[in-house]
Amino acid sequence: MTATAMPRVRTPIGVHLGLGIGAFVMVAPFVWMLLTSTKTLHQILIEPLSLIPHPFTLENYTAAWDAVSFPLAYWNSIYICALVVAGTLLTSAMAAYAFARIDFRGSKVIFGVFLATQMLPMQVTIVPLYLVLAKLGWIDSHLALIVPAALSNPFGVFLMRQFIRSLPVELEEAARIDGAGRWRTFFSVILPNIKPGLAALGVITAIGAWNSFFLPLVVLNSPDLYTVPLMLSQFVGQFGGINYAMIMAASTISIVPMLIAFLIAHRRILNSMAMSGLGGT
Amino acid sequence: MPGASAGQVGSPELRGLPTWRRRDRLHGYVFVAPQVVGTAVFVLIPFLFGIVLAFAKWDGLTTPHWVGLNNFSSVLVDPVFLRSIVNTVLIALITVPIGLGLAIIIAIGLDRIRGRTVYMLCYFAPVLTSSVAVSLIWQQLFRADGNLSEAFAKVLGIAPPDWLGDPHLVLIAVCIVTIWSSLGLNVVIFLAGLQAISPSVLEAARIDGAGPMTMLTKIRLPLLSPVIFFSTVVAVISSFQTFDTVFILTKNGGPDNAARTIVYHVYDIGFRRFEFGLASAASVILFVLTIVVTLVQMRLQKRFVHYES
Repeated sequence: MTATAMPRVRTPIGVHLGLGIGAFVMVAPFVWMLLTSTKTLHQILIEPLSLIPHPFTLENYTAAWDAVSFPLAYWNSIYICALVVAGTLLTSAMAAYAFARIDFRGSKVIFGVFLATQMLPMQVTIVPLYLVLAKLGWIDSHLALIVPAALSNPFGVFLMRQFIRSLPVELEEAARIDGAGRWRTFFSVILPNIKPGLAALGVITAIGAWNSFFLPLVVLNSPDLYTVPLMLSQFVGQFGGINYAMIMAASTISIVPMLIAFLIAHRRILNSMAMSGLGGT
Repeated sequence: MPGASAGQVGSPELRGLPTWRRRDRLHGYVFVAPQVVGTAVFVLIPFLFGIVLAFAKWDGLTTPHWVGLNNFSSVLVDPVFLRSIVNTVLIALITVPIGLGLAIIIAIGLDRIRGRTVYMLCYFAPVLTSSVAVSLIWQQLFRADGNLSEAFAKVLGIAPPDWLGDPHLVLIAVCIVTIWSSLGLNVVIFLAGLQAISPSVLEAARIDGAGPMTMLTKIRLPLLSPVIFFSTVVAVISSFQTFDTVFILTKNGGPDNAARTIVYHVYDIGFRRFEFGLASAASVILFVLTIVVTLVQMRLQKRFVHYES
């Protein structure tokens, strides 16, 4: 047995079998959702064990599409997500640059307290946060979803600081000799050199913002302002009820664009999400 | 102009410095300002405000008045809240070891395998799916008259389990959904950790005659332990915040409140009954619980986590 000689090539069938069963468990609910969404309600109720739709129908999709305004929800989610990502990238990189490279009084203490706030997830502060947002007049406004998310991201600052610290100082010194100040150095030397980091933080932030549910649920009242997850949650009682097929059609409408984006950019997304495991403390 | 007034203004500690150093310090504050001010306004101030609120009775409209420790004493004898604490801790105890354990096994399986990408596409898809969609799909799967329960019943020869209607099963249902939807993220993180292990270390061990099992228990897992530790801390904290799944899957915390979590309870009394003081007291208790558990983990880390020197 040369078992230890070439482990990279030897992939025991048992490993594939185990991973395959796991993969099936992960994918099966999605397939089941697609199948259910194209069944008639009659079939679902009369033959609960039948998997294949007969007759195949797209009526559930038109019903779900008519029940709520998905295009509006998509627009809301897209522009909120874009502003949160843009704001997070700019302010996180700025703060990270200062913490990594500028010598200012209190920088260590501020950085420590700042990182420690990661121990305070929004769920813990939701009631007083709601009251602060109310004081600002941001209840039932997208500002409540954009500004706090864009302006408070300790993990993002931590991650960007790691990237900036790995840059050679000579890069900035060359810029300074050319007469560039901190701002110009930041925009023309630092930012272009931490693009991989910005991309990773962008992906992590976008996924978080896109799927966020708790804060939108608490602060938004008008259906016109709903994001995709919040719009989808309307199907729980109000529109869905017993219409299981329509609920699955609505879920499909809400999921498919994200999954297509994943298929296209899976390498970047997986590499970025791996970075969310880098210790924040 | 800034150059001319350089000698007169500024704090004493700035006074002896050359002008550019002083301006540079200012730059430091300006650059950190958006994130630091944002975090102060949207995290730190609400946190401190919440602690104050926990000692008051307030519905958001009338004048608040102080009630001392009343909120805490009434919340801590409320059987529904105590149930939510037990449920929250149970969710952490079930989902963290099983979820991370499965993720470690899967990551080890994926570490040196062909066709890794296809597997990763499968495992990661639920992570990208919003908790609402995930919960809606599983709500249908869990239906007593649905495919899963019927198949379950056929195979085991029992009555179809009513996952969401049975107080003994609803918490398990929440845990299943939680593990299913977060597994892929932990797999990605662990896989990255395993792949970061330098091949020369593994090669050296192989030359020393280490078999695959020894390599795993003596080299790969110890080298992965810092990542496992960090993921455990994160997973515990996030399981303490379980809300979305309970909100969608169950009606009002499930039968007998069997799936009501602390955050669900806070939402219920804060935003349905508008008892802001009471809800804040419950939040403070959640925070204390989170901190204590995290500190205990930090303590334990010294014993179990191996850091490369």
